[in-house]
Amino acid sequence: MEYLIGIQGPDFVLVAADNVAASSIIQMKHDYDKMFKLSEKILLLCVGEAGDTVQFAEYIQKNVQLYKMRNGYELSPAAAANFTRKNLADYLRSRTPYHVNLLLAGYDETDGPGLYYMDYLSALAKAPFAAHGYGAFLTLSILDRYYRPDLTREEAVDLLKKCLEELNKRFIMNLPSFTVRLIDKDGIHDMEKLPVAPGG
Amino acid sequence: MALQDVCGFLETLDDISPCTYLPNEMGYMWRTPFEFDGDSAFHFLFPPQQCSRKNRAPTLFSSTFSSLSPHQQPFQLSHGTTTLGFIFQDGVIAAADTRASCKGLICCPISQKIMPIHSHLVVNTSGSGADCMLWERILTREMRLYQLRHRKRLSVNGAAKLLSMMLHPFKGTDVCVAATLCGWDGEETQETLQSCMEIADVKEAVEQDSNVSAISDESAQGSVKMASINEQDEISKDTQALNPTVSNQNTKNALSTFGERSGPRVCYVCSDGLQLKGEIISVGSGSPYAYAVLDDGWRWGMTVDEAVALAREAVFRATHWDAYSGNNVDLFHITAHGWRRRDREDLKEEYYREREREKKKIKEREKERQKREGDELVEGEGDIYSVHCG
Repeated sequence: MEYLIGIQGPDFVLVAADNVAASSIIQMKHDYDKMFKLSEKILLLCVGEAGDTVQFAEYIQKNVQLYKMRNGYELSPAAAANFTRKNLADYLRSRTPYHVNLLLAGYDETDGPGLYYMDYLSALAKAPFAAHGYGAFLTLSILDRYYRPDLTREEAVDLLKKCLEELNKRFIMNLPSFTVRLIDKDGIHDMEKLPVAPGG
Repeated sequence: MALQDVCGFLETLDDISPCTYLPNEMGYMWRTPFEFDGDSAFHFLFPPQQCSRKNRAPTLFSSTFSSLSPHQQPFQLSHGTTTLGFIFQDGVIAAADTRASCKGLICCPISQKIMPIHSHLVVNTSGSGADCMLWERILTREMRLYQLRHRKRLSVNGAAKLLSMMLHPFKGTDVCVAATLCGWDGEETQETLQSCMEIADVKEAVEQDSNVSAISDESAQGSVKMASINEQDEISKDTQALNPTVSNQNTKNALSTFGERSGPRVCYVCSDGLQLKGEIISVGSGSPYAYAVLDDGWRWGMTVDEAVALAREAVFRATHWDAYSGNNVDLFHITAHGWRRRDREDLKEEYYREREREKKKIKEREKERQKREGDELVEGEGDIYSVHCG
């Protein structure tokens, strides 16, 4: 029912998440933010079981911030992704596994932009584009066809809009709005919520 | 075999065999309710089954549709109740029905689902009755301790976070609590400022003519006005009567602090970990019906009368359609000055009053129609005449 998507460009990562917080058949909130800011240039997008998402994401968030306080410099996205994976894997075979699906997006000074896909079994993969949720079935092939490694920011946003149009058309659930953010060397930028209201 | 069925012996065995944790996309959202043996007539007299699966064993005061339904439900809206809370420019309204049900039996028609935690916070609870009582007390204790240690009240969001963290270790067990925390965040130093605002608003609420929508009836206005008048008396006893003109300016200043550190707040905390802040929250089996009414009528700039009428209407409609909600409606209004409780009202009366109103409306419409037809006939005759002549 929830949807996450990430597209990596040559010097940026574009991520989007839906804004619905649902409980059974009711949309309890229409403007729920599923992105967690781990550091100045790392975002963690987290969906899954009701309480697990916030618990796990906040745990990772606080630990990444603690690392910075202790050591004076921030974790790189790759390190943060592997740290997250290790924690998820440790909990997997405990009595309280966390059922969460994650996308971790970040920008590193030396390595550049990075998008990491992680699922609830703590499988980690660095990918040029990724999506989570039922909506992924509908949009991965669009990303396959139109993605190029040298996308500009506008082209990436257009590609994202194509994906969201397809969701509107074919996905059974109504996902009225999406939070969109872009990470590049200057940090995390909030972009206009999609879809844009008509008349604009 | 009959004894086996009555004791539910086979059910417990079946429960152990499947895998303990179903990592399924759909599974975590829509769990199928625990299938009781529908034939055994006495199963509700026995204590609930010892079950470690999530959301499985029905507990006292919570409703599952399972035992009475012949087919699987597409979704499980547990917590047989209707509770709601919403914020608006003049505070928070918390409303709930008073029916506590255990499957097909109304255990208690006059239970209290809204409990005050402290002077500026009430909690709407749904789920298992025992769990709710226990967790309310635990939350009250923790908030009092926080207040004593830090010399200021914990905010509503902070209380929600605290409750969520305390419930987290019990995730996956049978603890079933869905609480809506409704309160006013404020700082002690702003008391005088906010009391001015309160006086101004109460005066406005009392003086305002009944331009509320047709859904509110005379008794509603009567008792709300009574409550407002009572509060006015309290205020005039408590503080000195401040000039309304001065307080209007203070109103504007106080309003500008909304959303920052003080203001109305409503937060939802669930035992399975969901924690949400919002403007309108409704929980329980009657919540879809309540949401429909609330979404239609809610505006930030509502008056107190309108808000109370809206909350009553929402609970009334939900109790009409939902079998597990009913009896009376409790209503609390929380402002910067604290919470205020409205008298408990029996919705049965409201139902009959509405029937009367509808009958009157039909009669009026009938009269109008007849009048119109009468006029048309008069005009029509003239036309026919002219056709004949022409």
